[in-house]
Amino acid sequence: MKPLPSDSTIEMKDAIGTVKSTAKSLSGGFAVAEAMRQTNPDVVACYPITPSTLVVEKFSELVANGEVDTEFVAVESEHSALSACLAATAAGVRSQTASSSQGLAYMWEVLYAVSGLRLPVVLHCANRALSAPINIHGDHTDTMGARDSGWIQLYAENPQEAYDNALAAVRIAEHPDVLLPVLGSQDGYTVTHSVERVDVLPDKEVKKFVGQYTPKSALLDIENPVTFGPLVSPKHAFELKLQGIEAMSRAEDVIDSIGEEFAFLTGRPLDSVELYRMEDAELVMVVIGSVAGTARVAIDRLRSDGTKAGLLKIRSYRPFPSTRICEVLGGKKAVAVLDRALSPGAPYSPLYTDICAALYSHGVILPLASFVHGIGGRDTYPKQIIEAFQRIEEKLKVGESMNQTEYLGIT
Amino acid sequence: MLGRQPERARLKLNLREISQEQELLAPGHSLCPGCVESVAVRQILNVAGPNTVVVTATGCLSVSTSPYPMTAWRNPWIHSLFANAGATVSGIEAAYRSLVKKGVMSDTTPTNFIVFAGDGGTYDIGLQSLSGALERGHRFLYVCLNNEAYMNTGIQRSSATLPGTWTTTSPFSETVAGKTQARKDMTAIVADHGIPYAAQASPHLWKDLMRKTKKALESEGPSFLNVLAACPRGWRTEPEIGIRLGKVAVDTCVWPIYEVDDGQWILNSKPREKKPVTEWLELQGRFSHLMRPGREEEVARIQKQIDLLWESLLIRCK
Repeated sequence: MKPLPSDSTIEMKDAIGTVKSTAKSLSGGFAVAEAMRQTNPDVVACYPITPSTLVVEKFSELVANGEVDTEFVAVESEHSALSACLAATAAGVRSQTASSSQGLAYMWEVLYAVSGLRLPVVLHCANRALSAPINIHGDHTDTMGARDSGWIQLYAENPQEAYDNALAAVRIAEHPDVLLPVLGSQDGYTVTHSVERVDVLPDKEVKKFVGQYTPKSALLDIENPVTFGPLVSPKHAFELKLQGIEAMSRAEDVIDSIGEEFAFLTGRPLDSVELYRMEDAELVMVVIGSVAGTARVAIDRLRSDGTKAGLLKIRSYRPFPSTRICEVLGGKKAVAVLDRALSPGAPYSPLYTDICAALYSHGVILPLASFVHGIGGRDTYPKQIIEAFQRIEEKLKVGESMNQTEYLGIT
Repeated sequence: MLGRQPERARLKLNLREISQEQELLAPGHSLCPGCVESVAVRQILNVAGPNTVVVTATGCLSVSTSPYPMTAWRNPWIHSLFANAGATVSGIEAAYRSLVKKGVMSDTTPTNFIVFAGDGGTYDIGLQSLSGALERGHRFLYVCLNNEAYMNTGIQRSSATLPGTWTTTSPFSETVAGKTQARKDMTAIVADHGIPYAAQASPHLWKDLMRKTKKALESEGPSFLNVLAACPRGWRTEPEIGIRLGKVAVDTCVWPIYEVDDGQWILNSKPREKKPVTEWLELQGRFSHLMRPGREEEVARIQKQIDLLWESLLIRCK
């Protein structure tokens, strides 16, 4: 891996933020590694898997060059990677890992142990399809499958957001009202391997922003011995699990307040949802991940042809910002949900199901169409999104039902 | 990684001194009467002391010592899963090193890191995690409390189970005499990772076990103790003979007592007279089917495996 050429770095004055950032050319994977360099976690334990390998490789380089003083543990599996992070955080330090697809699947039982023990571990995920068939390209089947594991899930559209989320994740996870692990996701290849401009905060500002990790109790606090991970009977288990539900619910406000703090520094809002041309929109598409950029192009074209289209991008999938989503979607003529995961046998894919439940429970009843795209790394083009909008428009006109999932870009 | 840390305080090896130490595994836990696991844990923690973080893989010990909201552990203690004890102790040791590097913790009196796992968590499901931790060279002591089967889930065979043993997943019938496969030689597998110290022990030789614990904790890297721990429930024995069973296991060479110190194989206890394996088998209900007429061939097969391992051990210890 070639080091980043220094001439690709230019100084720029951020127009809105209070802090001068530096623009760098970074892929999503390297953007996360840059955030990790600045965060300087105490322990990083990783096992390589495409396409998250960029993060591991770059970070190993940083360790070797002494640019971080992290204890890097090159473990023999993802199961051990997350187990080592679990233990390091229980021991009292800040820990992070990175993975994708099979790696995340291999971490499965550990995911639940980390959130159940309320340990603020941060996991950087590069979304990739799950085998079989073996496929290294991106879709959301891996992280959507982990949606009930008690982890906060943030999705990035581009390398900039991957960087921003990687920094915010530390604060969100460790917030005393939250104490839950955070998974920051970016689409494999589309984001991980695309080099874009990333505005990077000065090291000292990041140091200030992430602060020190001060655990409530720690294994290495030898004078005050604690028991982590006891056997719990039905007498106590339910209430303990409900504490995780309450923490997740409090995380909604924490994500927003840390987002505001971040925006003050950078000028970039870091909300749980992002809106595009929504004010007077009649038809709305709800998306998650890198397809948001494609959807914006499609919406601009539709607008120029007179269709009042808008976009709702989900950044925080867990906790799911139901109230905010309902406020935004209420009164629209129709909504299309664009999933990038399959849920065989379920009524619909995960994002649609969540949007549907949120709207219905808030009394917002409107035509809701289901689309699935990008499975196994299939590209999605503006044309397909435009046609999806047009089909909804047509169905609205003739009063046709929208309850059948449509798959975009299949041959 | 090979080498020794500076020698620590003198090892107390007289019972009066030992009895004055605080018990770090508090009484009141719910291990079965006659379970030898707690005896081994107490001997080991007596040497290790309070400056020790304990990791336990899922098993009898973890569930019997931590009934929320109570705990029997006076040491910092963690259990998270079954298969990850090696990775768990790696993470804690890495955290410790990072805190030492930052000057938050001192390494003048190094904290001990001890794993207790059963044979299931060591020989089988946790083998990968353990092997990785050994290869990376973290400083920790891994103790396998070996009762030769999955006892916590109700007596199922493991790769530590001797051939011929009855368990619920290796039952005997007219045609099958218990477990049909051989036992894995885990201590040798661990030693062959080239770690500073690995040993087999039994709590009936308490001085040997405590001396080995001290040696292990002074290692500059990973160390391993494979400790035979009688299980009255799973072995179908009376609770009061657990310690005696350890002696019989050693006398019959079913459980040789040896250590591998910086690559050197040393036999610590050679029975004066090698007893036949039947003396081991006849004490335990789990082998009762082998004591019936017509099972002589099976017994001879078990004797052969014990003999082969013993002889290869003698060669390595020369």
